[in-house]
Amino acid sequence: MKIDASKPLEYSTEENSNKIFGFWVFLGAEIPLFATLFTVYFVMVNRYASGPSGSELFEIGPVLMETFLLLTSSFTIGLAVHAMRHGYKKAMMVFMAITLLMGLAFVGIEIDEFFTYVHEGATLQTSGFLSSLFVLLGTHGLHVSFGLLWGIGIMIQLWKRGITPATANKTFIFSLFWHFLDVVWIFIFSFVYLKGLM
Amino acid sequence: MDLDKFKVHGEPLIYGAMVSIALATIGIIVGLTYFKKWRYLWREWLTTVDHKKIGVMYILAALLMLFRGGVDAMMMRLQTAAPEMKFLDAQHYNEVFTTHGLIMILFMAMPFIIGLMNVIIPLQIGARDVAFPRLNAVSFWLFFFGAMLLNISFVIGGSPDAGWSAYFPLASIEFSPTVGNNYYSLALQISGIGTLITGVNFIVTILKMRAPGMTLMKMPMFTWSVLITNIIIVFAFPVLTVALALMMFDRLFGSQFFTMANGGMDMLWANLFWVWGHPEVYIVILPAFGIYSEIIATFSKKNLYGYTSMVFSMLIISLLSFLVWAHHFYTMGQGAMVNSFFSITTMAIAVPTGVKIFNWLFTLRKGRISFTTPMLYTLAFIPIFTIGGVTGVMLAMASADYQYHNTMFLVAHFHYVLIPGAVFAVIAGFYYWFPKVFGFRLNERLGKHSFWWIVISFNVTFFPLFFLGLMGMTRRMYTYSEETGFGPLNMLSFVGAVGLAIGFVLLVYNIYWSTRYMPRDETNDPWDGRTLEWATHSPMPVYNFAIVPKVKTRDALWSAKHENIPLYDDKTITKIHMPSNTGKPFILGVIFFFLGFFLVFSMWIPAIVSGIGVIIMLAFMSFDQDSGYYISVDEVKATEKKLMRGETV
Repeated sequence: MKIDASKPLEYSTEENSNKIFGFWVFLGAEIPLFATLFTVYFVMVNRYASGPSGSELFEIGPVLMETFLLLTSSFTIGLAVHAMRHGYKKAMMVFMAITLLMGLAFVGIEIDEFFTYVHEGATLQTSGFLSSLFVLLGTHGLHVSFGLLWGIGIMIQLWKRGITPATANKTFIFSLFWHFLDVVWIFIFSFVYLKGLM
Repeated sequence: MDLDKFKVHGEPLIYGAMVSIALATIGIIVGLTYFKKWRYLWREWLTTVDHKKIGVMYILAALLMLFRGGVDAMMMRLQTAAPEMKFLDAQHYNEVFTTHGLIMILFMAMPFIIGLMNVIIPLQIGARDVAFPRLNAVSFWLFFFGAMLLNISFVIGGSPDAGWSAYFPLASIEFSPTVGNNYYSLALQISGIGTLITGVNFIVTILKMRAPGMTLMKMPMFTWSVLITNIIIVFAFPVLTVALALMMFDRLFGSQFFTMANGGMDMLWANLFWVWGHPEVYIVILPAFGIYSEIIATFSKKNLYGYTSMVFSMLIISLLSFLVWAHHFYTMGQGAMVNSFFSITTMAIAVPTGVKIFNWLFTLRKGRISFTTPMLYTLAFIPIFTIGGVTGVMLAMASADYQYHNTMFLVAHFHYVLIPGAVFAVIAGFYYWFPKVFGFRLNERLGKHSFWWIVISFNVTFFPLFFLGLMGMTRRMYTYSEETGFGPLNMLSFVGAVGLAIGFVLLVYNIYWSTRYMPRDETNDPWDGRTLEWATHSPMPVYNFAIVPKVKTRDALWSAKHENIPLYDDKTITKIHMPSNTGKPFILGVIFFFLGFFLVFSMWIPAIVSGIGVIIMLAFMSFDQDSGYYISVDEVKATEKKLMRGETV
C-alpha cells in the first residue's frame, strides 16, 4: 500500500481517498432518501383523520434537548477528527465517546417521546400523518442508532490498532455520516416540530 | 405460526414447478458432490471478488431469469391465444403477468446490464478492478438472493398479483391478502440495496480509476453511458427504497400511507413508484445505447460520429427522465396543467434520442460494415426502436392517451422500446464481449439463425398488439369472449411468442456448442476493436493489465494499431496489489434472504434473529484486516509468458 505522507492520514492511500469519495456519493443517495420521506410527510401532514395533529402532540422541551445533544455531538465528532489529525489517540477516543453518549441520549429521548405519543393514543396505525411522522423520525433515529453501533466498532478498532490509515479513514467517514444526520435533524426540527407547533 | 400460509393450492402447474425446483436442486447437489466441485465452487465463484467473475455470475443469473420470465410470457400468450381459454384462472394470470414484469425488468434486464458493465468497465478504462471489490460481491449476492426470494414466492405462499407497478389500494392487505406483495416489497428491497451499492461503486470506479490520460471526453461511449446510468441509480433507487418500506409498513404493520381511509393516499404510491420507475427505464436503456455505439463504431471501422452530442444527449435524457413520471397516469385525475407539463417533458425526450439515432446512422455512412451477429442486432435495433419511440410520442400526448391508456397498444409500445432497447443490446453485447471473457467466439452461423428467429418473431408477437390495443383490448385481461374479435391477432401473437422461445433456446444452444467446438482465439482482438478492453489477453488474467496503458486519444487501441500512437510509455512490470477472496458477502446475502423470508410471513422472532445476524456480519466485515495480497513481478512475467503462448491460467 503506497502511503502519501503529504496528505492527512485518512486520505493517504488511493483506497482511502476512494472510500471517502464513495461515501460522499453514498450521502448523495441519502439526500433523495430523506427528501422522499420529507415529501411523504408534507403530503400527509394535514391528513390526521380522527387522530391528533402535530400541534396537539409536539412538546418543545424534549425536542430542544434532542437538538442540543445532536448539534453538540456534531461538534465533538469534529474535535475527535481534529485530535486524530494531531495524533492524540486518547483525546480522540474521549471525544468520540462523548459524541456517542450524546447520540445515545438523543435516541433515549426519542424512544421516550415515541412511548409518550403511543400512550396518548397516537400510533403508527392511527392516521396517515402519524404513519409518516413515525417513519420519518424513525428512519433518522435508526440512522443514529446504527451510527452508535458503528462508532463503538470504530472505537474498539482504534483502541486495539491505534491511529492507522485504515482507522483514521473509518473515523473520518463516520464523522461525515454523523454531520449528515445533524443536517437532516435541522430539517426535522424546523419543518416537522417548529412548523407543527405553530 | 400458521403452516397453511405456505401452501399454494390447486394448480397442477404449481405442483409441476415445485417438483421441477426440487429435482433441479437435488440434481445440482448430487452433481456437485459427484464431480467433487464444492471446493471449486466456493473458492472460485462464491467467494470471488474479481469483477470479471462477478459479472459472469450476474449474466448467468440474468439468463436464468430470462427463461423464468419467458415462461411467464408464454403462459400469458397461450392463455389469451383464443377466446374463453381455460389454461389459467384469473388469480394465477394476475400472478403471472406481475412476476413477468418484475423479473424481466429488475432481475433480467438490469442484472444483465450490470453484469456486462462489471466485466467490461474496468477493462475499458484500463483499471485493475472496481473501486470496492468486496462491496461489489455484496451487491451481487444481495441482487441474487433478492431474486431468489421473489422466485420462491411461486411455490411458497403465492406470488405478487397486483401488477409490476403494484398500485394501491389493489396491492394493500385488504385487496391482496396473500403474502405475494410482501414478497414484492422485500425481494425488491434486498436486491435494490444491492443495485444502489453498485451505483456508488461504479461512479467511484469510473471517476477515480481511469488509466492515466483518459480524460472524461476520451472515455469510451459505453463507459459514459454506464457513468450516467449509475448517477441515475444513485438518485432514483432511494425513492424505491422508501416506497417499498412504506409498502411494507402498510402491509405488515398496518400503517396508513396508501389506505383508502384514515388519511392514507393511494395516489402517493403511484407517484413514488414512477419517480423511481421512469428513470429505471433509462437505467436499462442508456447502457444499451452505449453498447450499440461501441458495436457500430467497431463494425463500421469508423470512429463514432458526434461523440460530444452523444454524451450531451445522454445527460439530457437522464435529467428529463426524472421529469416525466406522471405520464404513467394521465387518466387518474390530475388536471390539464399537470398533464400538459408532463406531456411536454415526455415528448422532449424524443429529441436527444433522435440525435443519437442520427449519430449512429452517420457512423454507418461510408463505413466498411461487417455484418456480424452483434452488428445485426444493432442494425435491427434502429428501425424497431424507432417504431417504439414514435408510438411513445403518440402515448405522450395526454389527450390522445385517454384512448390508448391501459390497452395492448401500450404493451406493444414498451415491448418495442425495451426489447430492442435492452434485450437486443445485452445479447449484442454478449456476442461482442464473449470472446474477451472466454477466449473464443460464439458460432456466427448459429448466432445468425437465432437472430432471425428472435427479430422476426418479435415483430410477429408484438406488432398485432398495437392493433389489438386500438381495437380496445385492455391489458391484463385474462380472457375475452369471441364476439370481441380479438382472437385471430392474439393467436398470431402466440405463434410469434413460440418463435421467440425457439430463438432464445438457439442462443443457449449456441453457448453450449461454441464452448465445445469453437477454435480458441489467438489474437485477443477478434473484432479489430477500438477500445482498451481488447488490449489485454482473452481471457484476461486476474490483474487485467500487466502494465497500465497510457491513453492519448479517444479510441486508444485503434490509434495504437493504426496511427502509431503507442499505448505504453514504459514497459516495466511492477508488483500488483489485488484484493483477496472472502465468503462474507455470500453469507450476508444468505442472511438477508432469511430476513426477507421471515418478514414475508411475519415471523418476528426469527426475523429479529436474522436482523441481528446482518449487523454481526457487517461488524465482521468492518473488523476484517485483510488488505489483499501482491502478485510479484516474476509471477506476472510468468503469467504473461503463458498467456502469450495461448495457454489459459
